[in-house]
Amino acid sequence: MNVTTLLAPAILDMVALSIDEYRLIVERLGRTPTGVEIGMFGSMWSEHCGYKNSKPLLRLFPTQAPWVLQGPGENAGVVDIGDGLAIAMKMESHNHPSAVEPHEGAATGVGGIIRDIFTMGARPIAILDALRFGPLDSARNRYLFQGVVGGISAYGNCIGVPTVGGDISFAECYRGNPLVNVMAVGLLRHDDLIRATATGAGDVLILVGSDTGRDGIHGASGLASRELSAEREEQRPTVQVGNPFIEKLLIEACLELLRDGRHHIVGLQDLGAAGITSAVVEVAAKSGTGVEIDVAKVARRESGMSAYEVMLSESQERMLVIARAGHESVVRAIFDKWELHSDVIGLVTSDGIVCVRDGDVVECEVPAKLFAEAPTHRRQGVRPIVLDRLASFDPESLAPEPDLNAALATLLAHPDVASKRSVYRQYDHTVQTNTLVAPGDGDAAVLRIKGTRRAVALSTDCTSRYCQLDPRAGGAIAVAEACRNVASSGARPIAITDCLNFGNPEKLEIYYQLEEAISGMADACRALSVPVISGNVSLYNETDGTPIYPTPMVGALGLIDDADSRLTAGFRAEGHVVAVVGSAEASLGGSLYLAAIHGVVAGRLPHFDAQAEAALHAFLVAAAGERLLMSCHDLSDGGFAVALAESAIIGRIGCNCDVVASDRRPEAILFSEGQSRAVVSFEAAALPALRDLATRHGVPFQTIGAVGGKNIRVNSWIDIAVDSAHDTWAYALERAAADVESRP
Amino acid sequence: MTFGIVVFPGSNCDADVAHVVGTVLGQPWRYVWHLETSLAGIDCVVLPGGFSYGDHLRPGAIARFSPIMESVARHAAAGGLTIGICNGFQVLVEAGLLPGALLRNEALEFRCGWVDMTVERADTPFTRMYRPGQVVRMPIAHGDGRYFVTDEPTDVVLRYVDNPNGSMGAVAGIANHRGNVFGLMPHPERCSELDLGGIDGLGIFRSIVRELAGAR
Repeated sequence: MNVTTLLAPAILDMVALSIDEYRLIVERLGRTPTGVEIGMFGSMWSEHCGYKNSKPLLRLFPTQAPWVLQGPGENAGVVDIGDGLAIAMKMESHNHPSAVEPHEGAATGVGGIIRDIFTMGARPIAILDALRFGPLDSARNRYLFQGVVGGISAYGNCIGVPTVGGDISFAECYRGNPLVNVMAVGLLRHDDLIRATATGAGDVLILVGSDTGRDGIHGASGLASRELSAEREEQRPTVQVGNPFIEKLLIEACLELLRDGRHHIVGLQDLGAAGITSAVVEVAAKSGTGVEIDVAKVARRESGMSAYEVMLSESQERMLVIARAGHESVVRAIFDKWELHSDVIGLVTSDGIVCVRDGDVVECEVPAKLFAEAPTHRRQGVRPIVLDRLASFDPESLAPEPDLNAALATLLAHPDVASKRSVYRQYDHTVQTNTLVAPGDGDAAVLRIKGTRRAVALSTDCTSRYCQLDPRAGGAIAVAEACRNVASSGARPIAITDCLNFGNPEKLEIYYQLEEAISGMADACRALSVPVISGNVSLYNETDGTPIYPTPMVGALGLIDDADSRLTAGFRAEGHVVAVVGSAEASLGGSLYLAAIHGVVAGRLPHFDAQAEAALHAFLVAAAGERLLMSCHDLSDGGFAVALAESAIIGRIGCNCDVVASDRRPEAILFSEGQSRAVVSFEAAALPALRDLATRHGVPFQTIGAVGGKNIRVNSWIDIAVDSAHDTWAYALERAAADVESRP
Repeated sequence: MTFGIVVFPGSNCDADVAHVVGTVLGQPWRYVWHLETSLAGIDCVVLPGGFSYGDHLRPGAIARFSPIMESVARHAAAGGLTIGICNGFQVLVEAGLLPGALLRNEALEFRCGWVDMTVERADTPFTRMYRPGQVVRMPIAHGDGRYFVTDEPTDVVLRYVDNPNGSMGAVAGIANHRGNVFGLMPHPERCSELDLGGIDGLGIFRSIVRELAGAR
């Protein structure tokens, strides 16, 4: 592709630069950019790499805490967990590739985020997936769902990293635009922490891993698929094809390099969006150095590739190693051992310039700072008018629920609530032998840290219905729910990562959602003392002009000092006392009950109080630490009744409960999604200590009944056999995903 | 008495086996890189689980040509204890050290979960710590675990209670006729500590340790 012969507007469209941005480039450069430079600017100034729209807003997040070793800005965030150990984590989206080619899109999503983790010097120990799809009533959505799950399974299993958790939900707004957000977590010793930086001129740049091909060109600037696929037969799909085997070799080789050859290298950088371009620019910009590379030295998968294509290829499973001068042969010998191809492609220089040559021809000569400093846009968001109308909806205007048992069964069979076993049985969640609480057993995955008594708890969450109705409260609740899941496992939440999925931010109503959600998240983070240590932004999630619900996915990390104090969600034994911790107004606004049974996403959300949330977490962690609880399950989708039923279903034992009947309707008491609550069970002897603890933490604590029997009973409202509830819950998702005949 | 844990490119469970052998049981072990050609000093060879060579072509089909495999074959032929777990089992059948083949799961999907199995043979060096007919529970994690053999499966050591992958005769693990080579799809190294939900896998490692201790 000879870009330089094309007219500027066509090029700009292809690389997704606006005319104003192009003018800015010319002004800052003091000359017309070359074709290669335009392509590189387009990638580096894309929303994906340059955070043009989100950067000013992301500054609202609290990112500091004494235990944060590395905040946002590196490949992943890192926090101290004691004993000289640290956890690296990050979440990232692969939404559009997965919409085009679900299997490879999701697989390479796993590969990309895993590289971010071992690039920090950490061994990847867990993967979590937060997935959103359109309803399973369409063959297309079933295809996307199965393809994404299959892709995660194929890639994650092969690299030997357990997929231990995540969350899946289904809504109309994701019909054309599924969300595939992958969170990866790694374990490292403090001493092994390495960053993507160079020390100075003379450092050697080594490219290692897969050969570079024509896949994924313009993946970052995003418009490529349309422009590239229309007429040019030499062009390839923008979705990359992953090779998890090479990834596995890269993991082992890089970790061996850090273990045995640490003094030979100064930095590691993975190749993700915008390939070599962003890798070398980021290294140079962060280190305050320049780089000089020769694309002729980059091993190609196919002949005839231009400098432009090499610089923008997003071929997977590649790493950039910044080695000390003269040490490159030692470094390359380790890669040779792992049968990985490596090439010295350039040097670190002192002039601050990113210089790209193709043999003798200079293709790019631009200060790294210019690439790295994408112009940012701060807009004045406009509150969508529809929000007031949605908030004014009164759930009590609906007819009273005629059959509460049937309503509960409907919610248990809803794909958002139903067992995800048909998904996680396709994921290896036991490899590495650290999984103490596996998928389906608790609110968060719990992994032991070998050689210590500690464990970490991990969860992802976001209820986008709430964000659609009230982006600020919804953002806050996303943080609260993810952290509550972790606390319900007995872990103290210590950090979050996020993936902000929104529509087109150039629309002022979408910008409003983005700003409000981030503000709400930031407030909740402060109240809960959890810093945001890394994250990713995915904008332009729209189909035919219709945006997804705002979906700020949150991944939470919690720490358990003694792994034996971990909690699971299922009731354990006959006679244990059941209690609800926390209290909330009984309002159905924004609930799954309204969405699933009445087809309405509306109403005012029950009030969210971040301080009450923090108190609940502190209580749960303390109660778990003192071994007072036998089970704990937080209240979320479907409210109290669904949480209670799930504890019974998972434990395969009934419960007999009576709650205070207020002036609210029974369905509001049963299915309201008021926040900051959990259902717990415990031995009767623990009751005084728990009451005392609750008082000290200022947390409402209400005993409501006992574990036992074969039925789930609440007042005269609910009476349903555990076995039947189990069967409804256990197979609903599998059935819906397989249902090809009976639905259109 | 030393365990040799063979590491192929793409092995995933090498460290998990080392953890059980070394940390849980306190036995000596070393990794054996697939390019090595000597098993000197190794008493029990473990081919661990994983995706050697990314399962390209067929699981185990490439690994069986690794240089170390000639030594493994000699070790087995000399009566040395050899155990293949999951992908290691696949390598053993590809190498012809055990009969049969491991095909794609009947459901055409990867399966991870716990399975119950009956111990059909408690007289092998790998299973003496179990009672004959004992039901044991271990995790599986594989996409290609459907055992197939042209004749009736013989020397079946472990049999699934609820067949998770369509294996012929519900075979979960088999030995060679002599009993010194053992392959199984479940992962005993993932259930050798109470924290992980069960210790039924420990019997296999303990059986090996006792066998080797007795042999000296």
